[in-house]
Amino acid sequence: MSKRPSKHKHEVETTGHQWDGIEEYNNPLPKWWLWTFYACVIWGIGYSIAMPAWPIFKSGATPGIMHSSTRANVQADIDKFAAANKPIQEKLVSVDLDQISSDPELNNYTQNAGAAVFRTWCAQCHGAGAGGNSKLGYPNLLDSAWLWGGTMEDIHFTVTHGIRNETDPDGEARYSQMPAFGTDELLEPAQIDQVVQYVRKISGQDHDEAMATEGETVFMDNCSACHAEDGTGDQMQGAPNLTDAVWLYGGDVDTLTYTVTNARFGVMPNWNERLSEADIRAVAAYVHSLGGGQ
Amino acid sequence: MGLLDKHSVLEKNATLLLIFAFLVVTIGGIVEIAPLFYLENTIEDVEGVRPYTPLELTGRDIYIREGCYVCHSQMIRPMRDEVERYGHYSLAAESQYDHPFQWGSKRTGPDLARVGGRYSDAWQVDHLTNPQSVVPESVMPKYGFLLNRMVDPAHIDERLSTDAMVGVPYTSDMIENAKADFAAQADPNSDYDGLMERYPNATNVRNFDGRPGISEMDALVAYLQVLGTMVDFSTFEPVASR
Repeated sequence: MSKRPSKHKHEVETTGHQWDGIEEYNNPLPKWWLWTFYACVIWGIGYSIAMPAWPIFKSGATPGIMHSSTRANVQADIDKFAAANKPIQEKLVSVDLDQISSDPELNNYTQNAGAAVFRTWCAQCHGAGAGGNSKLGYPNLLDSAWLWGGTMEDIHFTVTHGIRNETDPDGEARYSQMPAFGTDELLEPAQIDQVVQYVRKISGQDHDEAMATEGETVFMDNCSACHAEDGTGDQMQGAPNLTDAVWLYGGDVDTLTYTVTNARFGVMPNWNERLSEADIRAVAAYVHSLGGGQ
Repeated sequence: MGLLDKHSVLEKNATLLLIFAFLVVTIGGIVEIAPLFYLENTIEDVEGVRPYTPLELTGRDIYIREGCYVCHSQMIRPMRDEVERYGHYSLAAESQYDHPFQWGSKRTGPDLARVGGRYSDAWQVDHLTNPQSVVPESVMPKYGFLLNRMVDPAHIDERLSTDAMVGVPYTSDMIENAKADFAAQADPNSDYDGLMERYPNATNVRNFDGRPGISEMDALVAYLQVLGTMVDFSTFEPVASR
């Protein structure tokens, strides 16, 4: 016979509930739990006094004696870093564009800040390594072939206002439009084939000599105004040089035929509404330093 | 018999327990929800936010249908790293005409609250068709089929009316002209003066996918290109008490 059940029975009171002879112990809550609970209640009251909490006014909740505000906090955080960068950014904005790379301090800053801006805002089109995308027409920024010019001033202008967008508040986005020679029926399909062969010829690729000769006339009549008589292009109009081995969309016969038939209309956003002047200068200097800067 | 002892009455009557439990939950609900209706700063007044155009609204429905929200949030939180990467933190007013809102809490892909105007239409089409062609490390699925699915706006006016029923301020003028506005926005050669009059702010009129006809790609890109562009933050003054 064990004594333990009967002994236990007398130690703890029951709730008084009884169902079919089964009783329920009324064990007290563990002390540590109870005190943690009380502490939470007291902390909660204190918190609601210190922080914005009670929605009793129409204009908003009680502000709390600490006057905490998420918006003010994030602004303070941003201001703190802006203040730390202010001296170098003011210097960056004040100097001539050409002097940025020759100043060791600015050069060091733009190499890092510009790379950060590039990876956040530019890499999606131009690639993380700035190598562009030769299949889809996003220009390679590493080489020395430039559509709109490769000087610091040119790059800075392009980043600021973008290309062929409708969103630049200054309305100064770089703009040019190649005619769609095929879909707008400006050239016969046969003429397009000929001019494609001519472009293959001046870019030093395999071509049909007879067709290329015919194509030269087509080129002089229709293309030379923008791409120049020798096919070297015109950076004032963003007309690519057709004589080098660098292609925006591709230099094979199919791609060239598609380009002449439908034309291309690459768009770059204006960054003057999203980036500060210091950020634009930093990323322009970074791109200029990648190898192709003039 | 004290008040607490009367609790035993509830414990022994299931229907009574149900009624009282419901009452307790109701009080809790009212305390949490009711203030949102009388507080003036629940949704602050912000200039520029307008209802979606018929084409954008169609794009938004495709966005929801394809489950874009599963990987993309549309809420920039008020933290420095998010503001630096995505732009100004989101305001409640910017999703006040969203039913349902697309804030989300899962970011497998980046936040899209301010993706409008960040990329060209061609990039959006390239990226939706084959994400890895522009972002090699992307895990996003391909949505090229949207190019081949033409949209029939037969019920777009009813779609606008439905949103109007839940409080989106579509006027009868907007609902009547929904089909015309739908077609006009995707065709820069059309007469889109009426569209611009009804939706004057941040409205893009372009052939978004660069192909003839209005495909689901047109609608989706039109929607993406307007996201986060309605409020002019150069003139926005944040209320500090929030």
